[in-house]
Amino acid sequence: MAKPSKALHQNVGANGNRKLALIASKGSLDMAYPPLILANAARMSGIDVEMFFTFWGLDIITKKKMSGLNVATVGNPNMHPWFGIPTILGMLPGMSAAASWMMRGEIKKLGFPRVPEFMELVMDAGAKVYGCKMSMDMMKLTEDDLIDGATVLGAMEFMDLTEGAQVIFV
Amino acid sequence: MPQDILDTVDFDDEGFMVDDKAWTKEIGQAIAEALEVELSDRHWAVIDFARADFESSGEPPTLRRITQQTDVSMKEMYQLFPDGPAKLAANIAGLKKPTGCI
Repeated sequence: MAKPSKALHQNVGANGNRKLALIASKGSLDMAYPPLILANAARMSGIDVEMFFTFWGLDIITKKKMSGLNVATVGNPNMHPWFGIPTILGMLPGMSAAASWMMRGEIKKLGFPRVPEFMELVMDAGAKVYGCKMSMDMMKLTEDDLIDGATVLGAMEFMDLTEGAQVIFV
Repeated sequence: MPQDILDTVDFDDEGFMVDDKAWTKEIGQAIAEALEVELSDRHWAVIDFARADFESSGEPPTLRRITQQTDVSMKEMYQLFPDGPAKLAANIAGLKKPTGCI
């Protein structure tokens, strides 16, 4: 039994406020959700969040791509038991789109928002969002291509920002 | 010295009320003071919704549910309850800790 207090609600780390650094490096539909869910959960727990999107992870915050993320039906060992799609059939045209459509439906049933709305939600919740400069140069992207509120950042600058943070790499 | 109203209430190890039915607005006010949250009409709109929703569902509402069912936006929720909107609202409303992950 404990009387309510501000301290009980504060996730205070050794060096002050607890902080989470999330690095999202994959851009498939199934790999977009873990960083978003963890970022949201952290913010709901009062933990500061810095998100770094790199390589294919950039698709999650790229305006033109974020609505159309897909799940891979080839080379994905989880596809067979869940969707009943054997790898050999996964290569047929339209299979990936169909599986992605199914997965979006399942996610919707759970009451989870789609990727663009989810990104907006975690940013409204106060998560800071950065696009990896090097990956953006490689993919010929500029800050204008990213969701509003995201900024371009180098990996070293991200290291400076996340001193003392816990790190999750997806 | 006046008696602290919170001494008359049972809380669990995380400071959430054990019996939601024992809650009164005065207790809610006292919990908010202990959490250093200054209650405005907007806070009360959230707290009243959380209690009403708990009444019908048996679960404290998730943050997403609060923002979908009231006119309080996500941004505003974090301004009202910076240390964790859904759990602070549930705490002040005398409900158990929310477990929903969104």
